[in-house]
Amino acid sequence: MTSVLPEFPLPRATGCPFDPPPALREMQQEGPLARVRLADGTEAWLVTRYADQRAVLGDPRVSSDVDHPGYPSGAPRPPGGTKMGFILMDDPEHARLRRMVTGSFAVKRVEAMRPAVQGIVDDLIDAMLAGPNPVDLVEAFALPVPSLVICDLLGVPYADHDLFQRNSKTLIRRSAAPEERMAAGRALHEYLDELMGDKLAAPGDDLLSQLAGRVHTGQLTRQDAAQIGVLLLIAGHETTANMIALGTLTLLEHPDQLAVLRESDDPKLVASAVEELLRYLNITHNGRRRVALADLEIAGQPIRAGEGLIMANDIGNRDPSAFDDPDRLDLTRNARHHVAFGFGVHQCLGQPLARMELQVVYSTLYRRIPTLRLATSVDQVPFKHDGAVYGVYELPVTW
Amino acid sequence: MKVLVDEEKCCGAGSCVLLAPDVFDQRDEDGIVVLLDATPAAELHAAVREAANVCPGAAIRVES
Repeated sequence: MTSVLPEFPLPRATGCPFDPPPALREMQQEGPLARVRLADGTEAWLVTRYADQRAVLGDPRVSSDVDHPGYPSGAPRPPGGTKMGFILMDDPEHARLRRMVTGSFAVKRVEAMRPAVQGIVDDLIDAMLAGPNPVDLVEAFALPVPSLVICDLLGVPYADHDLFQRNSKTLIRRSAAPEERMAAGRALHEYLDELMGDKLAAPGDDLLSQLAGRVHTGQLTRQDAAQIGVLLLIAGHETTANMIALGTLTLLEHPDQLAVLRESDDPKLVASAVEELLRYLNITHNGRRRVALADLEIAGQPIRAGEGLIMANDIGNRDPSAFDDPDRLDLTRNARHHVAFGFGVHQCLGQPLARMELQVVYSTLYRRIPTLRLATSVDQVPFKHDGAVYGVYELPVTW
Repeated sequence: MKVLVDEEKCCGAGSCVLLAPDVFDQRDEDGIVVLLDATPAAELHAAVREAANVCPGAAIRVES
């Protein structure tokens, strides 16, 4: 009789919404590698430890190509499905496309946007304080902040936010039917393609117009330009929104840490709080996935070319060999070496923007509304267990 | 300390600029690393080492 492998992703424990699944922790304690089964019945290696995860993600002998037969996506690829921009491609094409947009997310460019982001955050808090109480923080604040910011950067009309927020949510919800997800992906692509048409005809001072310029010069197809637009629009609002809402809930449940943050006006403490919350929550909780292109060895274990690898970075960020007392939320620790943004050449390109937005939010929201609290009990909060990105669907708050 | 950067390996994540803005910058057009100071002063060494450690593309090398 063969033993049944655990199915990845694994469930979190009831009552521990901020911690990785307990089975992952056991696997990490047992060894650097474990075998897991995916939803489609295929198997993959799970890399459990921080140092090995970084080593693999930085290794050019592993591939992000979702069309490689060994890629551990856990679901059959829909025929004719498009790759979501360059995140599921390898160098050199990945680097060529990524470098077309990286400049807009460079640290100093992002820093220049800080006053505008502060203005957006202040206005949304004003509106919240003048509106109904209690309110859903996701709807009133967490989603609008990054959506307004990324719309401005890309040149997407914010008036269309219902369309892109709804379809993004469906696209990354594991429990959505495959047809439903494909339709959402198609709707987003059609929307961005239409916008690309506008930018080709009448370019403005925004990132989509820069991509349109590259379509004109033949460096980029219109299809690729629209696909990069989809990627940046989704990644630009959905992830940060989850860090705002889930981060707020985490702090409300850790009042001593919330007090540390609220009572400090030191930008260094705020920056360190952002890194620690990124580490602790690790909202991209389905692992970073790769396929081995050559025979290689991870922590002494031979891996054959064509085998799938999953770096479970949520447990990597709780590895005691990389972080002391890893299950304790400590906003004053140096957590900057976390792998919440991934590692290797695919590491999140929007990270300077995400950091800046979260710094503005975390340093403003709890000081402007010092009595902010949950308007329900934490066990009533709907968590995104079925999301490619973890967070909360709603967060009723009062003050 | 001598700092070396490899533009080919750089993926423009910007962690080095956050940690040591006097030593690293990014090109405007594609965010790729620009080395401002190849022999930084002693008080910057810890930040430069940390930048090399967190660089996702292993594009920063430090020779002491």
